[in-house]
This record gives sequence, C-alpha cells and structure tokens, in this order.
Amino acid sequence: MIISNFTPFLSFLGGLLIGLSVVIFFVFNGRLIGISGIASNFLTSKDNRFSNLLFLIGLIIGPIVYKMFSQEEINISISNSFYLLAFAGLLVGAGTRIGGGCTSGHGISGIGRFSLRSIVATVTFMIVGILTVLVKNLI
Amino acid sequence: MNKIISLICGIIFGIGLTVSQMINPEKVLGFLNIFGEWDPSLAFVMIGALIISSPFFHLFKNNKKPIFADKFSYSNNKELNKKLIIGSSLFGAGWGLVGLCPGPAIASLALLNLNSVSFVIFMFVGFYLVKLLDLTTQAR
Repeated sequence: MIISNFTPFLSFLGGLLIGLSVVIFFVFNGRLIGISGIASNFLTSKDNRFSNLLFLIGLIIGPIVYKMFSQEEINISISNSFYLLAFAGLLVGAGTRIGGGCTSGHGISGIGRFSLRSIVATVTFMIVGILTVLVKNLI
Repeated sequence: MNKIISLICGIIFGIGLTVSQMINPEKVLGFLNIFGEWDPSLAFVMIGALIISSPFFHLFKNNKKPIFADKFSYSNNKELNKKLIIGSSLFGAGWGLVGLCPGPAIASLALLNLNSVSFVIFMFVGFYLVKLLDLTTQAR
C-alpha cells in the first residue's frame, strides 16, 4: 500500500468544524444536516425553503470566509469532460435522493446516531466509489 | 432566529470542507484510490465530525424540543431495502467518477469553477427527476 498527500491534522480539524455545524443545527433547529436533503428540499419542497436556501448560501460563503482569514488560495482541480461531469452529477443527484442521503446525511448525521441504515448506505457508496476509481484507473 | 442559525451552520460547514480539503475532488479521489496511491486523510474528516456530533446527539435526543424550533424533525427510517442499496450505489459511482459529493460541489461554487457549476446543475436535475418519478426516500 502506498500512502501519499496525507494531511491528517487539517482533515481532522475540518471534520471538527463540520461536526460542530451538525451539532448546532440539531440543538437549535432540531434538524439533522444532510446536504443532499437540504439542497433537494430547497428545490422541491415549500417546507423550510428559506432556511434551506440560507444554509446553502452559507455553504458557498464558507470557502470565501476561509480565504479572507487564511490569505491562502483554495486550489481545486476537476479534470473531466462536460459529459462526464453531467453524467456524474445526475448519478449523485438521483442516487442520494433514492438512497435518502449522502456523505453528510448518512456518513455523519446517520452514523453519529448509530443508524444501521446509514452505516449500510455509507459502506455501500464507499465500496462503489472505490471500485469506480479502480476501474477508471485501469481504463 | 433559526434562519440565522441555518446561515451560520452553512458557513461553518463550508469552512470545514475547505480546511479539510474535501472541497477538492482530487483529494476525494485520492481517498477512494485505495489500490493505488492512497490518501487516507478523509477518514480523519469523518472521525473529527463524529467525535463532536455523536455525543451531542445522544445527550440531546431526549430533550423535548430544540432551542429555536417546535420539535425535532428528522427521519427515523430504519428500513434496509433495495432503494437504499441502489441509490447509494448510484451515488458512489458518480462520486468515484468525479470526486464530488453534494456538500463540496455546492461549496466549490464559491470558486467560480465552471466544471463544478456544470456538475451542480446536473445534480439538481437528478434531484428533480427523482422527485418527478416519485422515487424519493425520506430526506435526512
């Protein structure tokens, strides 16, 4: 096994912030954070629409706030064709709604409550994600 | 008040995704590349998030009501069914293809990256199609 680009400390710190956000949302608003749920409910449901929109706006402001305070550029790299991006976007959108959650809803909020359903979902999307990367690297 | 909390939680979540670099698809693909050059960092995102959230869920779940809402509202669906497996598999495939899941995809709109804009538009089309065909599992 070859390990590379390992950043355990920063990843853990980012994880703590994500956990803090989930806790505040739960204790104050009584809801569990799942980004796919919040985003799709904003699109398709009148309940809490404004609240969901504000959360999504906050999600976009987050990286900007980080940039202001850290004075660091945020580098991301997405090197895919438009068609692959569109196809993957459709899969992620449809898959998270059919399965009832994504990395945050199942992976953090669900597992944090020890929900077996969320553990099964998380193991499933991790395994399929790993296999997808494996196959992609072979092609 | 709960609207302000939503905004603040979004901001904290977005900063968390940036600090942890989960916002970068390359980092996510490195995590999923177990059989190649593996970058285990993202496991630490999950550990960090769970260390904070899990104790609080268990401390507060018996509280009668949240501070700024009338009641706790979240899915308590316990069913293990085909939809859970099929949906999570489709999601896993899309995640592995590009390295974006919903949170980082939306947060990365801040960087005005045209590729992430395309991804997010089609992700929303995916949400809408599932709603249209009535395949939704209760949101969590």
